[in-house]
Amino acid sequence: MDEAPRDFGFNTRAVHAGQRPDPYTGASATPIYQTAGFVFEDTESASAYFNLQEYGNVYSRIMNPTVAAFEERLANLEGGVGAVAFASGLAAQAGLFFALLEPGDRIAVAKALYGGSTAQLNHLARKLQITVDWVDMDDPDGWRRAVAAETKALFAETIANPGGNVLDISLAAAVAHEVGAPLVVDNTFATPYLCRPLEFGADLIIHSATKFLVGNGTTIAGAVVDSGTFDWSNGRFPSIAEPSTAYHGLKFHETFGVYGLLMKLRSETLRDFGAVLAPFNAFLLLLGMESLAVRMDRHVANALTVAEWLRRQPGVEAVRHPALPDSPYRPLVERYLPAGAGSVFSFDLESGREGGRRFIEALSLWSHLANVGDTKSLVIHPASTTHRQLSDEELVASGVAPGTVRLSVGLEDVDDLVWDLERGLRAARGSAVTA
Amino acid sequence: MSEFQDRRTIQEIVLNAGTVAIVGLSASELRASNFVGYYLKRHGYRVLPVNPNEERVLGERAYSSLLDVPEHIDVVDVFRDPAAVPQIAREAVQVSAGALWLQFRVISPDGAQIALDGGLSVVMDRCLKVEHARLLGRMHWMGFDTGVIAGSRR
Repeated sequence: MDEAPRDFGFNTRAVHAGQRPDPYTGASATPIYQTAGFVFEDTESASAYFNLQEYGNVYSRIMNPTVAAFEERLANLEGGVGAVAFASGLAAQAGLFFALLEPGDRIAVAKALYGGSTAQLNHLARKLQITVDWVDMDDPDGWRRAVAAETKALFAETIANPGGNVLDISLAAAVAHEVGAPLVVDNTFATPYLCRPLEFGADLIIHSATKFLVGNGTTIAGAVVDSGTFDWSNGRFPSIAEPSTAYHGLKFHETFGVYGLLMKLRSETLRDFGAVLAPFNAFLLLLGMESLAVRMDRHVANALTVAEWLRRQPGVEAVRHPALPDSPYRPLVERYLPAGAGSVFSFDLESGREGGRRFIEALSLWSHLANVGDTKSLVIHPASTTHRQLSDEELVASGVAPGTVRLSVGLEDVDDLVWDLERGLRAARGSAVTA
Repeated sequence: MSEFQDRRTIQEIVLNAGTVAIVGLSASELRASNFVGYYLKRHGYRVLPVNPNEERVLGERAYSSLLDVPEHIDVVDVFRDPAAVPQIAREAVQVSAGALWLQFRVISPDGAQIALDGGLSVVMDRCLKVEHARLLGRMHWMGFDTGVIAGSRR
């Protein structure tokens, strides 16, 4: 051993982590292992793989080498011990909570949440007999008031969609650990380049990799990352600590230690759910993640320029970009998001619902589209689209008003983006005058 | 604790060890110790079970204590209650083992110090199987972070 192992920087790891030159061919890009199954070496190996005594490829509904390269890269960038990829962010979220919770359990969840996540959790609550306690994440006592003896997880987004609320990660983690529950953070809007919640005490990360990780809107994908530091044998998580009926009485946490939850999530939950990421999609994610840091710097700069410009425009109220100087989240941004607070934010038009419609119809460069985190700049009117399934009460709680417009600022020349927004605002103001 | 999880020490042990005495190696296929013993045997290590309650484990003769093992031990791998570790460490020093490896949750600063003072390398709260799979094996096929960053072919 001639020298100590090196601690490589973020950009180096974004390019290389999880991927090695193909040992058989020397291929520099990760091969797309487009195969359903893998041929066993011999019967002994086959049974070792099925018993989880040896790590081996069995079937692409459980693991796949191209998908594994994506999982390892994401885990490495987040500072976790590993990751399990799913077919979408919502599949990852459903899979994780399915693995953690038993009927009768409770979870405390920030009210300021992506509408699709709110809808899914309400759905899971109905079907699985769990209770969701909704929390005002901006209230310093909110988490503590929401937790109960049955609380098995706390869950929030690093930067909430679309309200831009910033989570006080250390505070939520402290409350979670007081009651012996993990803090689960959806880090989709920040990405591990802008914030690594595990470093502030979070235990598990959920990603919609569809957004900034792939970066170009080509792929639906999700993942769960585990810090490996939570004690699943604290008496509150029998499904992870106690014998598993699916593996002849195997105790996942005892047998696999820090990897126990992820082994269970892969070999039980993903296996049974079947919501697996396709190898080709993992390949696109690997390409996208190589340039994550470079892209995020531009996303952050463009978004802040657009937000500051919007604030000065007539007909615009409440620009909710958390990095603006007068944002209530500015202290949290300085602590948790020093390199920038992402590029998705919302603002309200004085002209309300009708103004929102005219604004979007007048835009020609921005795409009216239900996604975020694309190279292209995207705009949506949540009240009529992403958050349409929520009740009025849930709508307001998640930070959405009738005139709220959400922007995902892309990588175009920012002058062109502002040019188009100006055309939209002119149309929106026109509607207010004539109404 | 991180002083006992040094990547270089772990690498040296995993790459250079030949014989591993597993203290507390269970005959039950469902126990972590059996998983590790099975894996290490499969990957070419000579596994020496140390378990007074068994005659043979994984096809190998079991010994009552480290002091009964009639050959040189490169790694003493411990799956026992932390309270048992200081005595195991003293025996490991007595038989001139190369390293004391304490598995996940086998945390004993006193035992570690005894082994260190006796000239052994020490790893604590880490799994020998996992570290082998991370450095040499197939752990990257399961989405775990191996920490391996390399653009060259070797």
